Amino acid sequence: MTEFRVPHPDLPPPASTIGALGWMRRNLFSSPSNIALTALAAYLLWIALPPLLNWTVFKATWSGDTREACQANSGACWVFIRVHFDQFLYGFYPEAQRWRVNLAVLLLILGAAPLFTQIITNAAKVKLGLSLLVGYPIIAFILFKGGLFGLPDIETSRWGGLFLTLVIAGVGMTAALPLGVLLALGRRSKMPAIQTLCITFIEFWRGIPLITVLFMSSVMLPLFLPEGMNFDKLLRALIGVTLFQSAYMAEVVRGGLQAIPKGQIEAAAALGLGYWKAMALIVLPQALKLVIPGIVNTFIALFKDTSLVLIIGLFDLMNIVHNATTNPEWLGFSTEGYVFAAAVYWLFCFSMSRYSQSLEKRLHTGHKR
Amino acid sequence: MNGLKALATTATLLLAATNVVHAGATLDGIKKNGFIKCGVSDGLPGFSSADEKGNYQGIDVDICRAVAAAVFGDATKVKYTPLTAKERLTALQSGEIDVLSRNTTWTSSRDSAQGMNFTGVTYYDGQGFLVNKKLGVKSAKALDGATVCVQAGTTTELNLSDYFRANKMKLTPISYDKSDESAKSLEAGRCDVLTSDQSQLYAQRIKLAKPDDYIVLPEVISKEPLGPVVRHGDDDWFDIVKWTLFVMVNAEELGITSKNVEEMKKSTNPDIKRMLGVEGDRGKDFGLANDWMAMVIKQVGNYGEIFDRNVGKGSPLKIERGLNALWTQGGLQYAPPVR
Repeated sequence: MTEFRVPHPDLPPPASTIGALGWMRRNLFSSPSNIALTALAAYLLWIALPPLLNWTVFKATWSGDTREACQANSGACWVFIRVHFDQFLYGFYPEAQRWRVNLAVLLLILGAAPLFTQIITNAAKVKLGLSLLVGYPIIAFILFKGGLFGLPDIETSRWGGLFLTLVIAGVGMTAALPLGVLLALGRRSKMPAIQTLCITFIEFWRGIPLITVLFMSSVMLPLFLPEGMNFDKLLRALIGVTLFQSAYMAEVVRGGLQAIPKGQIEAAAALGLGYWKAMALIVLPQALKLVIPGIVNTFIALFKDTSLVLIIGLFDLMNIVHNATTNPEWLGFSTEGYVFAAAVYWLFCFSMSRYSQSLEKRLHTGHKR
Repeated sequence: MNGLKALATTATLLLAATNVVHAGATLDGIKKNGFIKCGVSDGLPGFSSADEKGNYQGIDVDICRAVAAAVFGDATKVKYTPLTAKERLTALQSGEIDVLSRNTTWTSSRDSAQGMNFTGVTYYDGQGFLVNKKLGVKSAKALDGATVCVQAGTTTELNLSDYFRANKMKLTPISYDKSDESAKSLEAGRCDVLTSDQSQLYAQRIKLAKPDDYIVLPEVISKEPLGPVVRHGDDDWFDIVKWTLFVMVNAEELGITSKNVEEMKKSTNPDIKRMLGVEGDRGKDFGLANDWMAMVIKQVGNYGEIFDRNVGKGSPLKIERGLNALWTQGGLQYAPPVR
């Protein structure tokens, strides 16, 4: 008689190692020091969260149109944000013309959307990207500034809010990257004149703070120009920001260029490619991919640096919030204003960071360790 | 920074020198443009700030509007340029603006070396003290041993320590970078007193949870006369800005307001008749329309009206007239006669 040994059916894992309980044991209470840290964190949340939630949500004022509506509650006065919301978005851009800003943003989203998806080929993407890069700024400028095609002229001093922040950041990013690539290539060039020029440029702009650049452009520059000759404050800021960021960008890109083995360039030369073709087809695609984190880091820094234009009296998001806090009807709501501004900045910077991570994943070709 | 300052001063002097050559250029430029380029602050409650619709308002803004009413008969013909404290003088020197109306203190160095002309005083300001009523303090002289909240890095700190030393009182100053922080500190009881320019103290008071529990002490420990500024080199323009302010002060003295200006034209008082352009050519003396003074009062108002509307009883700030009352009512606002 043969006895079959029937194995006992698999037992479920101990309840303490799976599910929420298991996760907590593994991550929160795995060692005495971990337990202490967990307790400390819980205590900090316990003392910080209730007042925070009370202020932002439970005791906050959401409805009403006047300052008086907020007097009854001890929490945040979000009415202040609501009343000024359009101003935070558009600055002093005339209300009747704000559709132009909206239209330009819509055009950009529609035009750029295919670049972020897989529905068109890479070759088509390059063409679309280049035509956007050249064409869109012209269209956007005509829409924003006006003076053509029967659109009323809106001076740049009336531009403001998030709109102005995006204009400065957008121009800065799109202009600084190509300029930075050229400077990086120039710095590694074998031609002494070009190399010296690029090194001087980079070291000069990296050696001074952006705030000084902006300050000089608005306080000193006008003194050297003939009287009556003013060039636009925003233009001055844009040039300053672009030159400044391109120097940083150049160093980031140079880091990537140095990581590409010499063999790549020699192989390109062996194939009969000239300098520009070798760079554009072989070296730069690899180098730029390597430094995506660095580039995005520079972009994020640039986005936040745009708030420095407040020292030259441009009303970007930060300054327009500050301006609203000086409205005599709405004094005393600066906390709400700055919390709102912080949330907007965070939203944009976090999206940029997430996008860069997805881009890294997509371009991943197995070179990473 | 010193090198920068020297450079700026040299450039200023050069500019001031060249300005003399083409006198009258500013007014010509304004008439050609069809609007006045007016420099205002980047946000100071009651003086110049933009409301939620983006319209500028405040005493300093009303001065710009009044000058536009004088030159063009239309108070809306102003282009506002918000300026930070650092760039305001350069903007005026370089011709980016025609008149600076931005809570700027009239000092000897600005009036001479920096090539400016102050056209008058729109607001007599001075450093003061804000205290909780609970302290029971009625005078700044009783502040011996007080903890005082003060804005860091301004002349305010210096004035404060000078005042306490001169009166042989003890002082514990706490410096803050931002005015919001100092208001919060006063509220939390970290300091007994908050010091700043009086016009600012009233704005700070609104930020407190219970504004009525706090009072501004009567003592003023520094002189800060604020007024509109033009650059050297165009005396006609200087006269117009100067007299726009005088007209508003005279109008208050004579009881002419934006509401009753049309009726006042029928008045028998020769002073009023001359001012409103009913009699004589006093308006034309300035190279403007004969009734420009009437236009200023009609479209913007007399001095008392703009004070009440922006910083006084009719505004959230509720500042007392104090030094800014007419000379006939114990204040300092006094204007030469129109004749």
